[in-house]
Amino acid sequence: MADLKKTEPNRNEPVALPTWPDEVYRVLKEADVRQVGMVPDAGHSRLIRAFEADPQARVITLTTEEEGIAMLAGAWLGGERGVLLLQSSGVGNCINMLSLPMICRMPLLMLVTMRGEWGEFNPWQIPMGQGTKAALEAMGVIVTRADEPHLVASTVSGAANLAFNTWRPAAVLIAQRVLGAKNFKELARK
Amino acid sequence: MNVPNALLHRRDVVNELLRDRNDLLVVAGLGAPNWDISAAGDSPNNFPLWGAMGAAAMLGFGLAIAQPKRGVLVITGDGEMLMSVGALATIAVQNPPNLTIAVLDNERFGETGMQKTHTAAGVDLAGMAAAAGFKTSRIVRTMSEVTEIRDLAHHGNGPVFAQVKINPEALYFVLPPADGGILTTRFRQSVLGDGSLYN
Repeated sequence: MADLKKTEPNRNEPVALPTWPDEVYRVLKEADVRQVGMVPDAGHSRLIRAFEADPQARVITLTTEEEGIAMLAGAWLGGERGVLLLQSSGVGNCINMLSLPMICRMPLLMLVTMRGEWGEFNPWQIPMGQGTKAALEAMGVIVTRADEPHLVASTVSGAANLAFNTWRPAAVLIAQRVLGAKNFKELARK
Repeated sequence: MNVPNALLHRRDVVNELLRDRNDLLVVAGLGAPNWDISAAGDSPNNFPLWGAMGAAAMLGFGLAIAQPKRGVLVITGDGEMLMSVGALATIAVQNPPNLTIAVLDNERFGETGMQKTHTAAGVDLAGMAAAAGFKTSRIVRTMSEVTEIRDLAHHGNGPVFAQVKINPEALYFVLPPADGGILTTRFRQSVLGDGSLYN
């Protein structure tokens, strides 16, 4: 069984190394993003590495996602643009803090990697994953979604334009199908 | 004023912190610190929060790294700071030299009926900031110590954290503009120039 697993591709994993994070990095550079606030997610790891290697950007690890909402409000007041990278579970931590960009008419760009949907293994991810879009929209955030790898960069580009040109919060939900679902049961067997 | 055991008055503290403020940028947490900085003189270089409890320190941090040549002073309350105590770790790791956080610690939730906060039971915010890695972190009880914090905020090698023990007095409100769009636009126009109006 173990040998078979090595030769058979896991259909839950993306077959080739995904390149969409590199395209997203280029889009965010074109948008002049300087502050990158994040609570890490595996789906954002390639993008985070790209920004960590970028001397013009600053990656700030947060203890909780709402710190990033406040930080990027300060960035905007000081004339810098930023992005918040988070997992869908972190959206719930942001709800009241989203009052700030909403009522102050500030741009906010959030890139949310989804859990608790396609292929999810962990039942504890379901409540917030299923509630992510509704929670954001309840706070006035404009939500768009990318369900295919080749659509992620253009969706981020559209959301960045929306955020920075119309001065309001916008979020892109990057579908779990794009990221590949984890299977903890397989990991536990090893 | 310099009697160590007499609690400081919040508006004396804020007036001293903002004395000859020049181009200092000031963020106030919601509630009384907002009214305090407004009582000291409303300014386009003030960003007084009316909500988003827990935002003050991180908002000041984002501003400080966007404007590294200017001093940024966050003035907030103990309840507001306790809500985002993790921000002390985030900020200390980033080590912004131009950021000072002054917590006006009356050991109370002042706007909601003067209920005690954790600092009333002895929680040592300055100790938490020091443990997080703030280069300078002090408990402040006298006006001469407030003056030292003022000087650090204007010229110092930060980040600086100060837990200023103050009298739990409820004072008259002095209100800045409440509209977030006005506060944001006037701040950006003042700091970034008229070009900011044209996006």
